[in-house]
Amino acid sequence: MAKITYITHENEKHTIEVQNGLTVMEGAIQNDIPGIDADCGGGMACATCHVYVKEDWFNKIPKKEDGEDDMLDMAFEPKTNSRLSCQIIVSDEIDGLEVNIPSKQA
Amino acid sequence: MNKTDALIIGAGPTGLFTAHQLKLIGLDCEIVDNLDKIGGQCIELYPDKPIYDIPAVPECTGEELTNNLINQLKPFDIKFHLSERVEEVKKEDANWLVKTSGGNTFLTPNVIIAGGVGSFEPRKFAPKECEQYENKSLFYSVKDKNIFKGKTVSIFGGGDSALDWAIELSKDCKINLIHRRDEFRGAQATVDKMHELVKSGKINLFTKYQMANAHGGQQLESIDIKHDNSEIKNLKSDYVLGFFGLIMQLGPIANWGLNLNKKTIEVDTEKFETNQKGIYAVGDICNYPGKLKLILSGFHEGALAARACFKLARPNEKYRFEFTTTSSNLLKRLGKKE
Repeated sequence: MAKITYITHENEKHTIEVQNGLTVMEGAIQNDIPGIDADCGGGMACATCHVYVKEDWFNKIPKKEDGEDDMLDMAFEPKTNSRLSCQIIVSDEIDGLEVNIPSKQA
Repeated sequence: MNKTDALIIGAGPTGLFTAHQLKLIGLDCEIVDNLDKIGGQCIELYPDKPIYDIPAVPECTGEELTNNLINQLKPFDIKFHLSERVEEVKKEDANWLVKTSGGNTFLTPNVIIAGGVGSFEPRKFAPKECEQYENKSLFYSVKDKNIFKGKTVSIFGGGDSALDWAIELSKDCKINLIHRRDEFRGAQATVDKMHELVKSGKINLFTKYQMANAHGGQQLESIDIKHDNSEIKNLKSDYVLGFFGLIMQLGPIANWGLNLNKKTIEVDTEKFETNQKGIYAVGDICNYPGKLKLILSGFHEGALAARACFKLARPNEKYRFEFTTTSSNLLKRLGKKE
């Protein structure tokens, strides 16, 4: 279990306990967090689960694998701390993670 | 005006198999899709990715699945209308009048929406100033490259489309190529070619920059691009091209008076009919208790929706269930029997 805080573009904070093994995207979808669409269902094929991860956390969570940056090229307003939330797997190590949701996904 | 027993919106696996089921039970159908090719998400998003959960097919790629479905449709004559989006669906007596972006109209008692997560549209620039120049000085695809001759063109993106056009247009245009990072995901040979042209001064390359603003009157004059470190550069540009791939948008479907739940359409599980009689939704776009977004579920939903279409298309006939193994009717339609 890890507590994940999703911060919407309007600065609303949603803190959810997400089971280990799920992705940060799945945690959002299962709890109806607004602003994460995940059109492709976690296939790293659409860039609509795009989030920003705060600097300190960005370096702590597992690194991007091949293909994620290619997909982020297509995201809406990508930044250096952009990630696809479907590629961040929840574990005890990321307890307390905060992610910011962009103003829109496309 | 095209008259048909059923119009299918979406040529992905679900739409294709639904067409098979309609033709098998003796109904006509035509298919409209906004993409320029058959296959839907399977072709657009993951042509090379293996799929492992199609019943009786241990492993196949999105492209193989699509080709197999097209093969399965071979006995039938089905008209495809590609690169067309359905814009309008209106009631006309007992039928639906359907209009597409390509100027086609259909009159049909049955409309089957097999639209996946909507239609594929180009991803656009974030700054809202860009909108006013869309289709005038700013494009997401190239229709006529001659308009760029002798002009300054700023091209955004890191994939093959951006690179190919940068290389092609550098022959007789001044090219700025802008990408959000140093790595390009295009084919290596194309990336190498682009770097050569940068060295010889044919292409001005700006990496770690993104679109920040667009300036001009009726005509675009210049754009601002912003570096990761927040530095802003102004580039004189007559034209801008953006290549950020495609995104799925529900689009006009939202305006057809259907009960929607987020980006999905609510249906019953007997006919997969929406709240509008004669409009069905199948595959990823439909929603009901227990819905699974699997290709195999789409096949089942399409088969049942096709039977429901029969009632409206042939009100005076009775539908009789038959097996392809034994029915001479079905075997004739499949071209297996005289």
